[in-house]
Amino acid sequence: MAKKDRNAKDRNARGQTLEAAAGNGLIDRRALLGRGMVFAGAMGAGVGPSSAAAGAEPLADDPWSLEFGDPTPRYQVPSKFEAKVARTLSNPNHEPRNSHSRTPHHLLEGTTTPNGLHFTINHGGVPNIDPDKHRLVIHGLVKRPLEFTFETLLRYPMISRVSFVECGGNSAPMFSPEPLQESVQALHGLASCAEWTGVKLSTLLEETGIDPRAKWFIAEGADSPHVSRSVPMKKALDDAMIAFYQNGERLMPGNGYPMRLLLPGYEGNMNVKFLRRIKLVEQPGMSMYESRTYAPILPNGKAYQFYFLQEVKSFITSPSHGLTLKGPGLYEISGIAYSGTGRIEKVMVSADGGQSWAQAALQEPVLSKAFTRFRMPWRWNGGPATLQSRAWDEAGNVQPTRAEFVAARGELVKPAPVLAFPNQHYNSITSWGVGSNGEVKHVYA
Amino acid sequence: MFTPKRAILTASLLLAMTTGVSLAETPNLGKPIDETAIAAWDISILPDGTGLPKGSGTPAQGVAIFAEKCAACHGDNGKGGGVAAALVDDRQLAPFAGISAAQKTIKNFWPYSTTIFDFIRRAMPFNEPRSLTDNEVYALTAYILSENKLIGASDTMDAQTLPKVKMPNRDNFIIRFPDHI
Repeated sequence: MAKKDRNAKDRNARGQTLEAAAGNGLIDRRALLGRGMVFAGAMGAGVGPSSAAAGAEPLADDPWSLEFGDPTPRYQVPSKFEAKVARTLSNPNHEPRNSHSRTPHHLLEGTTTPNGLHFTINHGGVPNIDPDKHRLVIHGLVKRPLEFTFETLLRYPMISRVSFVECGGNSAPMFSPEPLQESVQALHGLASCAEWTGVKLSTLLEETGIDPRAKWFIAEGADSPHVSRSVPMKKALDDAMIAFYQNGERLMPGNGYPMRLLLPGYEGNMNVKFLRRIKLVEQPGMSMYESRTYAPILPNGKAYQFYFLQEVKSFITSPSHGLTLKGPGLYEISGIAYSGTGRIEKVMVSADGGQSWAQAALQEPVLSKAFTRFRMPWRWNGGPATLQSRAWDEAGNVQPTRAEFVAARGELVKPAPVLAFPNQHYNSITSWGVGSNGEVKHVYA
Repeated sequence: MFTPKRAILTASLLLAMTTGVSLAETPNLGKPIDETAIAAWDISILPDGTGLPKGSGTPAQGVAIFAEKCAACHGDNGKGGGVAAALVDDRQLAPFAGISAAQKTIKNFWPYSTTIFDFIRRAMPFNEPRSLTDNEVYALTAYILSENKLIGASDTMDAQTLPKVKMPNRDNFIIRFPDHI
């Protein structure tokens, strides 16, 4: 790397110039596309490989290279060195109330949430359901009410699709009037993404028939609160499915074993888990969750009802709060974008608090209503930086700035506890402030 | 290669086409079940009262049931202080003083009285859901509505009267994305 160029531009290994794409060190995303630019690990040494080979320690074999390793387990789990890669629990002592577990986005990469790390919210514990005894009933405004066993449902034509699921209350701490010093896991951990396999709801409705008076269906779980939500028939005939498999294996108990409703792009709570009953009806049931919990209050005193959509959102997972940069140099900014409306069209990244923006590289394939990984090369000069991402979806929806969001949806007067849900459906920009000491804080910008 | 399996498939497709049956044939493994057999599971209540069972209850009948089965979590007389939300609360929604879901109460927010019956019957008591009789659920619903001064202290709640209880906040909702309905 030519020293004289360092303040203006970098060169990659082939000597090609890497032009600045936006202020404060963002480098054109095309630098990522296999041109051989050398990065330091995102949280690693922070500088390129040293050319000073003198003084390097001589290499020696470590003990694990000299002994017969561990036995092969029937079901493998991550290395013991990965123990910190875990969900955080809102109710670790299993008190008689609901229980949330949050995905550690800052410790993951790519777009697939491992099954053991998929977020869960359960309102009455995790039911221990015997799949051989579980039944799904479809009734109400149908021509032929039918009862299905799990075994018979497995014989139906299946589809697989990658879809994110996000709680309507995800990111709720950001309704606070000042930024809570919390990790991306605490702020945005109630969203995850998996490949789901099962049968389309419309396939089963072909067998029951649909009375034309049916405008909604009520889905209900076999858990102890019998969680129940109303869903328009429009969604039933579009992409609603009943999922049995999550990333290739049966659903995790906390994610709805043995079967759940999957409504791609819709509020997590509507994706009813432990699904046992679907009733076609003329009007919505106005269950507590739809008429109270997931009806966000607005500044004018009214409230939104039937929000359904998880709107376009993105956040940077690395660097993010709680991580520390180890010195100036090249880093890769990495994050997640998604929209309940469809595909992510583009993600813009800023390193100067939104004064200038550059387009991030999107990891292919970019799938509809699924996590999309974006990446952006960045040369940190060691000074203060404010990192932001902003996503657009294919329908033209754009993630609002915080100012735009607060103007439309309001905010709290005082900060709320991080585990509280002061409101729902927050999707504005997340900002990470990098200090000269490399510490990353949550800021509003 | 033309295997017997494919011959059968082709034959069945031809049959399907000639008899007008949908080509997207499904396994038809569902077992017909009538609404009587579903009754114990069919606990959906609609806001117009559809699904409300027979039976009735009064606020007075609800007092003792509430004290025994609800107050430990919801506080004496439902006024909070336990691990679960208050059910009787006079606070106003004050969004200009900062929006917060903590302001939502049954009285100032819940749009339909039927939701109270529906939720108690499907989910309460927390440690023993589905253990209350329908009369007990009506009595608890009446008690909560009465303590919130949404019905009179001697009003009886049943399948006819409950849906007629007009909740104060009913007309304050905006459907977020009408094109999704």
